[in-house]
Amino acid sequence: MNIQVILPLAIFLIAIFAIGFIASKQMSSTGGFLQEYFLGGRELGGFVLAMTMVATYGSASSFLGGPGTAYTVGFGWILLAMTQVVTGYFVLLILGKKFAILGRKYNAVTMIDFLKARYNSPAVAILSAIAIIIFLFSAMTAQWVGGGRLIESLTGLQYTTALFIFAISVLVYVTIGGFRAVALTDAVQGAIMVVGTLILLIGVIIAGGGVPAIMQDLLNENPRLVTPFGADGKLTAAYVSSFWILVGVGVVGLPQMAVRAMSYKSSRAMHRALVIGTIVTGFIMLNMHLIGVFARPVMPGITVGDKVIPLIALEVLPPWLAGIVLAAPMAAIMSTVDSLLLLVSSAIVKDVYLNFIKPEATEKRVKQISIGVTGILGIIVFLLALQPPDLLIFLNLFAFGGLEAAFIWPIVLGLYWKYGNKYGAILSMITGIASYIAIHFYNTTFGNLLGVHTVTIPVVLSLIAYIIGSLAIQRKAFRF
Amino acid sequence: MPANKHESPGTYKPDPRFKIAHKEALIGVALAIFNFIWWYGFAYGLGSRPPEEYTYILGLPDWFFYSCVVGFILMSVIVIIITKYVLKEVPLDADPYADPNATTKEESPLK
Repeated sequence: MNIQVILPLAIFLIAIFAIGFIASKQMSSTGGFLQEYFLGGRELGGFVLAMTMVATYGSASSFLGGPGTAYTVGFGWILLAMTQVVTGYFVLLILGKKFAILGRKYNAVTMIDFLKARYNSPAVAILSAIAIIIFLFSAMTAQWVGGGRLIESLTGLQYTTALFIFAISVLVYVTIGGFRAVALTDAVQGAIMVVGTLILLIGVIIAGGGVPAIMQDLLNENPRLVTPFGADGKLTAAYVSSFWILVGVGVVGLPQMAVRAMSYKSSRAMHRALVIGTIVTGFIMLNMHLIGVFARPVMPGITVGDKVIPLIALEVLPPWLAGIVLAAPMAAIMSTVDSLLLLVSSAIVKDVYLNFIKPEATEKRVKQISIGVTGILGIIVFLLALQPPDLLIFLNLFAFGGLEAAFIWPIVLGLYWKYGNKYGAILSMITGIASYIAIHFYNTTFGNLLGVHTVTIPVVLSLIAYIIGSLAIQRKAFRF
Repeated sequence: MPANKHESPGTYKPDPRFKIAHKEALIGVALAIFNFIWWYGFAYGLGSRPPEEYTYILGLPDWFFYSCVVGFILMSVIVIIITKYVLKEVPLDADPYADPNATTKEESPLK
């Protein structure tokens, strides 16, 4: 591997490290340590809020897996990826000002704090904490493996060394800097993603001889590549549309997104974030997946999807520029991992330790525990990522859709439906996760039930469970 | 009930800011529905023709151009207009019942 490629990557890692470190020095003492460490003191401005949402959401799959699939499937997969534009405005508009107002009113630092106060139920809190810790811990480990593998493939270092470099660069700034460091580095990482995708798209179009020439090549190879139905014609409208739930509106239910919707400073910041988030999400998704499809005629015959982006960048760009562009998927993975690490840590410290084990802990003790838990979690993840156990890989399959099915209704209806209560919430969470796992097995064995993605039916079932549970046991209006 | 411990039953008035918040959440739902119809309509309306009949705009197949490229730009413009002219700025923490000395340690009034 060329030193010219490694240099920009190394500079990127050092820069991120420095930003996180500086952010950690800016931790103010107003509002208490927990608010500061896990929520950045609710002081995020519009730009940083938008970027941290986009960057947390955009992970290895948006930058490596997704474009790799687009390479194989064609324009149908870009159509699918563009369902994500909705997340740019939907999450903030739906959770919206009510979530921010109630979050402040209940003094909630985590999503679980909100659920606990809204449903007045420790059972809801402990159930949510368990779901978050188990599923997001697995998701995080999978992303670390991705980060390690990416450094490995780009630099030629051994996997263990690569993972170590990745772990150190993330762990230090998250542990000492908390949410503020995560959000600020996310902003920089998001900016790198935007610039990186644009450069690479232009590079691929030039290498392919212009868009019409690329299109002609695709048509000559297989006309189905330019239809919405995929290279083999099997991508149905129902299946693609069901991604509106998985990667579109369902994202409202992801704890790592919800916590961000409590973190902004003012409604002005939220308004700015709506605009920036929508534009940036659409821009990144459109560009990355176009690159995947356009790469096909330029570099035919790539069999491993995750390698399409690294290979095409090295093929069409000068080495130093490829290094800058390849910092983008690196940034995407880091910005997801740092958020998940902090979220799992907050679930342990705030939602389990302070709620159930030691509510009277002193400020100093809370600080030690927070930093300690974050650091130890990071080390455990690192060790597990060295050789990921099968159980973890298995749990990761449910992390995204399972959490959506569990939390979407307890959050959304908890905000807007006064008759929602703890029985509905508990029933909804259990139904969501259990049916997700059941339908996952059904789908892998017999093919997709009703031709839609696994997430669809559990989201409907958990809605029904929420309504039945709320009305059947104790019908009483909640006063917000 | 954590939210209204300062009130006696019967005097409960919902926070006036919630009315604005509810309206804006409905706008979010409306935007998503519109976005979906636009996206689906062009993708499968135009895209279901045989590929030989596609026309190309800026080199891209017409169904894709309208559904994904124009759809994305249109949504961005609508979001800009709505945030500028429809969404209202409200204070987030000027809670009449809030204790100004509250810190995180006493987090929710539940306990």
